[in-house]
Amino acid sequence: MLETGRSRRRMDPQRLLIYGVLLIFALYFLLPLVVMLMTSVKTMDEIRMGNLISLPRHPTMEPWIKAWDYATIGVTNEGIKGFFWNSIRMVVPAVLISTLIGAVNGYVLSKWRFKGSDTFFAMLLLGCFIPFQVILLPMARTLGLLGLAESFWGLVFVHTIYGLAFTTLFFRNYYVAVPDELVKAARIDGAGFFRIFMRIMLPISKPIFMVTIIWQTTQIWNDFLFGVCFSTGETQPVTVALNNLVNTSSSVKEYNVDMAGAIIAALPTLFVYFVAGKYFVRGLTAGAVKG
Amino acid sequence: MIRTIHRIIVALAVVGLFAATAVSGEVEVLHWWTSGGEAAAVQELQKMLEKEGHTWKDFAVAGGAGANAMTALKSRVVSGNPPTAAQVKGPQIQEWAELGVLSNIDDVAQAEGWDDLVPKVVADIMKYKGHWVAVPVNVHRINWMWCNPEIFKKAGAQYPRTWDDFFVACEKIKQAGFIPVAFGGQPWQEATVWETIVAGVGGPGFYQSTLVKADEEALASPTMVKAMEIFKKIKPYTDKNAPGRDWNLATAMVIKGEAAMQFMGDWAKGEFTAAGKVPGRDYDALTAPDSNDVFLFNVDSFIMFEVKDPEAQKAQKAMARLIMSPEFQVAFNVSKGSIPVRSGISQEPFDAVAIASMQDFEATALNGGLMPSMAHEMAVSPAIRGAMFDVVTNFYNSDMPAEEAARKLAAAVQEAKM
Amino acid sequence: MKSAERSINRLAVLETALPRIVVAPSFVAMVVFIYGFILWTLYISMTKSSFLPSYDFVGLTNYFKLWRIDRWWVAVRNLLVYGGLFIFGCTLLGLFLAIFLDQKIRIEGALRTIYLYPLALSFVVTGTAWKWILNPGLGIERLVRQWGWSTFTFDWLVTSEMAIYCVVIAAVWQSSGFVMAMFLAGLRGIDDAVIKAAQVDGASLPRIYRKIIIPSLRPVFFSTVIILTHIAIKSFDLVVVLTRGGPGYASDLPATFMYSYAFTRGQLAMGAASAMMMFFMVMAVIVPYLYSELRRKRYA
Repeated sequence: MLETGRSRRRMDPQRLLIYGVLLIFALYFLLPLVVMLMTSVKTMDEIRMGNLISLPRHPTMEPWIKAWDYATIGVTNEGIKGFFWNSIRMVVPAVLISTLIGAVNGYVLSKWRFKGSDTFFAMLLLGCFIPFQVILLPMARTLGLLGLAESFWGLVFVHTIYGLAFTTLFFRNYYVAVPDELVKAARIDGAGFFRIFMRIMLPISKPIFMVTIIWQTTQIWNDFLFGVCFSTGETQPVTVALNNLVNTSSSVKEYNVDMAGAIIAALPTLFVYFVAGKYFVRGLTAGAVKG
Repeated sequence: MIRTIHRIIVALAVVGLFAATAVSGEVEVLHWWTSGGEAAAVQELQKMLEKEGHTWKDFAVAGGAGANAMTALKSRVVSGNPPTAAQVKGPQIQEWAELGVLSNIDDVAQAEGWDDLVPKVVADIMKYKGHWVAVPVNVHRINWMWCNPEIFKKAGAQYPRTWDDFFVACEKIKQAGFIPVAFGGQPWQEATVWETIVAGVGGPGFYQSTLVKADEEALASPTMVKAMEIFKKIKPYTDKNAPGRDWNLATAMVIKGEAAMQFMGDWAKGEFTAAGKVPGRDYDALTAPDSNDVFLFNVDSFIMFEVKDPEAQKAQKAMARLIMSPEFQVAFNVSKGSIPVRSGISQEPFDAVAIASMQDFEATALNGGLMPSMAHEMAVSPAIRGAMFDVVTNFYNSDMPAEEAARKLAAAVQEAKM
Repeated sequence: MKSAERSINRLAVLETALPRIVVAPSFVAMVVFIYGFILWTLYISMTKSSFLPSYDFVGLTNYFKLWRIDRWWVAVRNLLVYGGLFIFGCTLLGLFLAIFLDQKIRIEGALRTIYLYPLALSFVVTGTAWKWILNPGLGIERLVRQWGWSTFTFDWLVTSEMAIYCVVIAAVWQSSGFVMAMFLAGLRGIDDAVIKAAQVDGASLPRIYRKIIIPSLRPVFFSTVIILTHIAIKSFDLVVVLTRGGPGYASDLPATFMYSYAFTRGQLAMGAASAMMMFFMVMAVIVPYLYSELRRKRYA
């Protein structure tokens, strides 16, 4: 925190400028959400006739109920609720497993380095840069061979694998900031690999767990491509269902229902950010990022 | 005691497993008719299938008029576990058949007499090496022009029947302060208008050699240059917000009285109906200029994959039979706004636009004007179609001269064939 | 004595082996599912695969074909423009916002959440909203005109040359909050003592920022660039929803190009070749950067 030598209470021009700029940007960031919210409570007639930012004249929650409960998606008329639960069931294990593995990997790569471990880390980072479309077909073949095609665990498996690079990155960077002396002292005292992990690393890892969980939840929940290729009817995640709802190819589009559905689909990730947001910054402060 | 209970439980489980698989056939169906009228139509089929004792397992993937569904399908086939039926149309049917993964439904076709009910040009697309491998569901006509009579009256313009008349009318409409053509700037829409022009300017024979046979000489010919010129000439008569606009928003412009005409397939009718408009009074559906004797069709269809389970096979055959049944043809097409693909259906449940379409379908089937739409994946392979799309959309959205466009078209198609 | 020695030895062996054993599954997964698949893609790019994978080798033909395609050149140019602007824009905006937010703002928590939330939304969700906002007939242009400035134009979205910049606007919107959070954390981690010392020495505020603060944020820049490059390459949903690559294919990116060729057009080999080109181009930038940064850390 920089002390500028002035009294912090007075709203001098400098502070006014700072607040002003921050608020303008806040508008830039909020605009799409506002548009979506307003559209989701308008009636179709109002949408057709009115404009984008006009306030709804007769707000209604009907589009929300329809999106959740009885909108037509394929041959089911049950809205997106079933798919919503699919996503939850899929995201929870995928996030937990990839985070845990990342934690252990990060621990090894920072405190138990061996010959080639840095190369491994670099290779892992490099692998982040393939576009996911590339792996669709070979992964489909592999899942078929493993007997996991179209199954719920297949999708969990895919997400876990492709999340490993980032979770490892986050934990490794965090653990690197933990003084090596702590680990060395524990080893001299006779503690083994897992003991040190449980007793020393884990207890101070809460912030980075938060960061990783937030990141992974966002990535996995919002994924569309894997969801569409590696699932079928009942196991489809909410992103696929939302796409089915919104993208009718030759039928009347109900923008209000679409927007409502989109916001509902986004609620879990929004929730995670609103609630755990402060942990996010705290976690990053605590060294996830220092390198 | 506990051992006995254990044994009973295991036995029950085994029986349960059998019971679940042996009762009736299950068809897993991949499609992209996921909401609104389209979904209602699919649900009809599901109900009919279930009435016969089979089950429908839905695998719906929307987006890109099938692009996402095709990706999902390829992924499934590669994983060794294809769905039972999939919504695939046009030359892609032959591509799948070449892989040897489709089962043939000749027995159903023969029993129901499909060869007599469906025009040859359509049936050929459904067949591979003479065998039926796909069942057609409906027919959409592409070369329609939807007009707002109010605007024409106010502008003192006539409904154009030739492309020359068209530009005369456009001028009058523009002078009167309206937008002559409601346009959606997306590659498939651009291609839709373009192929209509090609068919109109060059006639059925030219259309065949360029957009069906993809002959490079024809593609670079002066007739094509002329078609390109007319295509580009439309642009000043559209509004500048056209790029990226969805087709239904363009239709809305005609409905609301902002624009005079839209070139779009018959699914546009649904928008008019939903807005409570009546044909003949609030809007008129005409064939696009110079294309009255041409019927560019888009036929949706389902292919059947090879399955081992005899019950599933029975369900597949039932599905094929039901799709072509008069009952379904009426229910589906009335819902969706298209027309039946088979002859012998009563015209009664259909509206005036559909009836006119059905009559033209039969007439052009006999005189050679019935042709597959390239823009809607009926005529050429996806690679060639993609190449054509790229050139057409780039031409429309840039300053490229028409001669260059025709040349590039031929070159791109040649590359795509390699 | 002997048995204790032996068990200590065993323990020692276990200890050296254990770390490797523990990361082994990840290592195997990486080798198979990342590098193995990349090699598969490389192989496919040198075959005649069209509709589904086939294995007839044709060498580098597809690469030559690729570079003859107009649309590919447009896509590559767009990636450089978009990628550059995106990374630069997010970093600048993120740093800027972080510095401002760091000034003991009262509503910091709320503002932070506002800047961060876009990352939580998938682009399929917000793409439609941005599409409306940027559309001249429906969004900002229309709104400003309604407010009275009747000659205001903002039609980038429908102009071939400018469409890609709209993609940048929406992309920066989505990711700068995350960058801001990273920089904020980095700023808060800087030791106050150093700053106070500089102030005592009479250094001005901008100077302090330039000479002390920003350099010590170097590790943050590293992570930021990695993450942003990753996001830029992956930008697929964004383009599809916002412009569909249009007008024409003016805002196409390699990711959408690849998907279109590989899946929609049944030209898998070409799609694979374009994917490999994407990978190579990224490698050309990232590998030297990774190398220089990771090397630094050895001595840090």
